[in-house]
Amino acid sequence: MTRRSSAAFAAVALMAVATPALAAEEVNVYTSRQPALIDPLLKAFTDKTGIKVNTVFDGKSIEERLKAEGANSPADLVLTVDVGRLTDLVAKDLVQPVQSETLTKNIPASFRAEDGKWWALTSRARVFYVSKDRVKDGEIKSYADLADPKWKGRICTRPGDHDYNVALTAAVLAHEGPEKTKDWLKGVKANLAQKPQGSDRSQVKSVKEGLCDVAVGNTYYMAAMLADPEQKAWAEAVNIVFPDQAGNGTHLNVSGMALTKSAPHKDAAVKLMEFLSSDEAQHIYADLNNEYPVKPGVEWSKLVKSWGTFKADTLALAKVGELRPAALKLINEVDFNAGP
Amino acid sequence: MPLPPRRRWRLDLWSAGTLLVALVVCLPVAAVAWMAFFPSENIWPHLMETVLPDYILTTLWLMLGVGLGTFVIGTATAGLVTLCRFPGSRVFEWALLTPLAIPAFVIAFVYTDLLDYGGPVQIALRALFGWKTPRDYWFPPVRSLGGAITMMTLVLYPYVYLLARSAFLEQSQAVLEVSRTLGCSPLRAFLRVGLPMARPSIAVGLALVLMEALNDFGTVDFFAVRTLSAGVFNVWLIMQNRGGGAQVALVLLTFILLLVWLERAGRQGRRYHESGTRSTPVRPLVLTGWKGAGAALLCFLPLGLGFLLPAGQLTVFAVQRFSDSWTDAFFTLARNSLALSFTSAAGALVIGLFLAYAVRLGRDTPFLRWTVRLASLGYAVPGAVLAVGVLIPFSRFDNWLDGVVLEATGWKLGLLMTGTTGALMFAYVVRFLALSQGTVEAGLGRVRPSLDMAARTLGRSPAQVLRQVHVPLVRGSLLTAVLLVFVDCMKELPATLLLRPFNFETLATHVYQFASDERLEQSALAALSIVVVGLLPVILLSRSIRQSRQG
Repeated sequence: MTRRSSAAFAAVALMAVATPALAAEEVNVYTSRQPALIDPLLKAFTDKTGIKVNTVFDGKSIEERLKAEGANSPADLVLTVDVGRLTDLVAKDLVQPVQSETLTKNIPASFRAEDGKWWALTSRARVFYVSKDRVKDGEIKSYADLADPKWKGRICTRPGDHDYNVALTAAVLAHEGPEKTKDWLKGVKANLAQKPQGSDRSQVKSVKEGLCDVAVGNTYYMAAMLADPEQKAWAEAVNIVFPDQAGNGTHLNVSGMALTKSAPHKDAAVKLMEFLSSDEAQHIYADLNNEYPVKPGVEWSKLVKSWGTFKADTLALAKVGELRPAALKLINEVDFNAGP
Repeated sequence: MPLPPRRRWRLDLWSAGTLLVALVVCLPVAAVAWMAFFPSENIWPHLMETVLPDYILTTLWLMLGVGLGTFVIGTATAGLVTLCRFPGSRVFEWALLTPLAIPAFVIAFVYTDLLDYGGPVQIALRALFGWKTPRDYWFPPVRSLGGAITMMTLVLYPYVYLLARSAFLEQSQAVLEVSRTLGCSPLRAFLRVGLPMARPSIAVGLALVLMEALNDFGTVDFFAVRTLSAGVFNVWLIMQNRGGGAQVALVLLTFILLLVWLERAGRQGRRYHESGTRSTPVRPLVLTGWKGAGAALLCFLPLGLGFLLPAGQLTVFAVQRFSDSWTDAFFTLARNSLALSFTSAAGALVIGLFLAYAVRLGRDTPFLRWTVRLASLGYAVPGAVLAVGVLIPFSRFDNWLDGVVLEATGWKLGLLMTGTTGALMFAYVVRFLALSQGTVEAGLGRVRPSLDMAARTLGRSPAQVLRQVHVPLVRGSLLTAVLLVFVDCMKELPATLLLRPFNFETLATHVYQFASDERLEQSALAALSIVVVGLLPVILLSRSIRQSRQG
């Protein structure tokens, strides 16, 4: 290697190391939300305040990162989905309480931790996507129906230990107790059309193609699929059914945020939190992502409105988070992911 | 002439440096071992009762399947192109290597898209035969253990092919002819004589294949196949038990160390069997007519399925989505991947060169041999394990350093390395150092020691000899070393996912995120870029193959 090329190596190395920009004010976010979903929100925030937002998109290991980095973690804010993830952050002592009038005003009490250690931003219902052709109106009504032998070989879902399914199981556990929940899990497992795999969207694709008739999924995926040229046909092959309307109500989960314990840019981070709960940001959540905004009075998107109102499960979110480990244990005990 | 006295080890710059490199490289493994043996909450008994037997069994099936598949494809195609002549055999000789350029997780995405229930193949079959529901017919599920075995076989068989091919080329015509006069058909001669003689080389190839299969994370994650490597992440992140994850990682490491041992045993065996004199090379058997066509078809299948079809499909997607893929965001991804991989490759080269030269200087000391062996341990560590092993000690060290600095100077240092591309480069260098060191060592081995002696007699220091004599002489090997590490860094996934800093995505993480969200088309351009870069070392290899033919 010549001396000139080693100098070039060194220059590239330095460039690569010196990535963090030295902006005047910034806030660092660890997010498990898809970049495409939150980028418009963060951009709106930067445009408005001049505060730069740095993100790491990390689907699974935010907690481990925070734990390892400890008191010196560069992260200020965690944006994540699933109430279990939020309550876990609290349980592992990785986040701190936030006192903010704006936040308490914008976010109803049922959508935040009492001590302000986590705050929900949007909610979503875990619903059934049923085949327009092969499932009659009112044929499937409740989560319990998923375990009815009548649906053998006709149910599709993503892996059982995925956060969304764990939270749903935790809700069932809260209502029905461990014995019944375990039987329910066994029943659903036996009814699956294939080994649990893929995302919520790929389940709907399977319904469209006839692999199964009922898929379990979150509401906003409907909108995401309608917006994608390849996936539009999948969405158009199914109807949304809100389960348990005659019972406990449809299971709700949330996306939310929490301020890390170490937050080096606390003020900027709280500004971002307040922004995300504001009318402007909640509108973006509603219109772009088609989630249910938590701020009362913010209008649902047209599409979301078209699915109608529904009775939501009133079970406290914190309870769902609390039962998460027990639910996961049951899911592993019945070996849900092995499939039918 | 009396033999020079056996050199005694003494602590000079070279040995001290080697020791330092070895210790640093071993750090992640040591960290994982520490976490496994001293967990905060020991769930080993629970793991043994529940998931671990399943992880081990699935891993064994995966190894068996991929091992068998790559053995059959690799040796059959290698046998055909070296021992026979048939239409296209010269092209196949190098083209059979091209599947190496495709990362297993990328080929998995492509085939899932094609062969899933909702994919074009099954849709066409249903249209053709009038089937309506999945209960009307049977189709092998793609996202399954069998699927993972097939995907990995298709992209990993070139390792066996490469080693079997060179072994067959080294065999002499005489041996095969003797077996023919003893009444063997050509096929029988190959099966009874040629294949057994190439056994050590094939074992080396298989060991490499199985190491790659054990390392794979992207494919098994996507297919929800519960191998040990998926298990590390599963126990660590979903069951949220760090010690348990480390324990699964140690089980995985044990598997890998067994393979390393197998590979070494194979290499030693190979040295033993090599004949000293070069006798008549094998005279190829000319296949014509349906035999020739059959041979061509046999070679075309792995090439078509392992490279042409997936690369073609990616190209189609990339062209369809070109306008919304060819954006600034894509350039940023490409720049990140290139800069990071290039810097890491350069780092691995410099350190690899240092190690290889240190061994040359202190040729016979067991101390050096062992430290260098230790330094190449990183290659055996799966990316998923390495990620854990880098994150934990780095953040510990950074936090400790921050405390010390704060106390001494009152200045808040923060985390020095954690969450920077530096930590990521460290992980890459640890992982791929063995590649560069091995390549450089092989290159240096071809330089006669008398050159060193002459240069030293003329008053040059060891460092000067390295710079002025060796580096210019082994430039080719150095380039190969950089290229090999570079390409592997471009493909690396699990460690990158866990260690990357703010606002930083690579081509590989981008593809992984989009494709696991059913949006392969949108990331096809990025996937194709990884494949194109991966073709570079393949071209290099195939060139040396053609040259060896001419020479």
